[in-house]
Amino acid sequence: MNGVPLAAYLALGLFMFTAGVVGVVIRRSPIVIFMCIELMLNAVNLTFLAFARYQFSTAPALAQNPELATSNSIMGGQMMVIFVMAVAAAEVAVGLGIIMAIFRLRQNIDVDELNLLKG
Amino acid sequence: METSAPLAITPELLLFGGIATAAAMAAVGVVAFNNAVRSALCLVINFFLLAFIYFTLQAETLGIIQIVVYTGAIMVLFLFVIMLLNLGGSGLLQQKGDKRMPVAIALGVVLFGLIASQLLPGLMSVTKPLAPDNFGAPQNVGRALFTQYVIPFEAVSVLLLVGIVGSILLAKRRI
Repeated sequence: MNGVPLAAYLALGLFMFTAGVVGVVIRRSPIVIFMCIELMLNAVNLTFLAFARYQFSTAPALAQNPELATSNSIMGGQMMVIFVMAVAAAEVAVGLGIIMAIFRLRQNIDVDELNLLKG
Repeated sequence: METSAPLAITPELLLFGGIATAAAMAAVGVVAFNNAVRSALCLVINFFLLAFIYFTLQAETLGIIQIVVYTGAIMVLFLFVIMLLNLGGSGLLQQKGDKRMPVAIALGVVLFGLIASQLLPGLMSVTKPLAPDNFGAPQNVGRALFTQYVIPFEAVSVLLLVGIVGSILLAKRRI
């Protein structure tokens, strides 16, 4: 989109990432902590896509070789986003399974009271 | 940030500013609401608006995938677990006013200020997207995914298979 600086997209991604970090630190419910991790993953996805669209670091190479714009090498950012989404889906499935298992064991899932691994 | 002096105010910029403000407020809502269901709904709003931001970046395939995978599948999983564990209305995990809250908010402000001050000023002049307009079309994404990136793609499929097996094992009552 013309007229919108790359920095605006990066600022939004950075804000979402920071909100996710703060959420992971202050919230106690593991489900909300998982949601904050999803928020951080999405912030990174947005950053990948913004850089992939603006291509500012490959600008000299693009100016020399316009065919580069239609090759696969420009697709790296989008591929990374697809893989991040797949990993996030696997992570959520396993993580929510662990939360269910802990809930069955203890009937209480406050993360501050889960100290079974304390040395 | 988005309306600094040298930038011309274009309709695109106003549109982006509106969507981005709403998405940022939804992100704050995820963290701020005490009720897990409200947090989940804020996250749904955030992911949905993020899909529209992907559309403005011409990455329409990934915007659709974002809506289908995140707001469709992952958030339903979240709401399902919230419902199953009955975390919604009850004050089971009521946040007490504790000392971590101001420390964490200060940490967030410092993190944001530090990264933004180092990263953003140098990039304010980059306003012209150089990738071709159809770089996010399904044909191009699919061609790249199944030629140059086919080995990572297969690795991800193995990862998803392991995830399925793992979640079934965790859900079984006795292993």
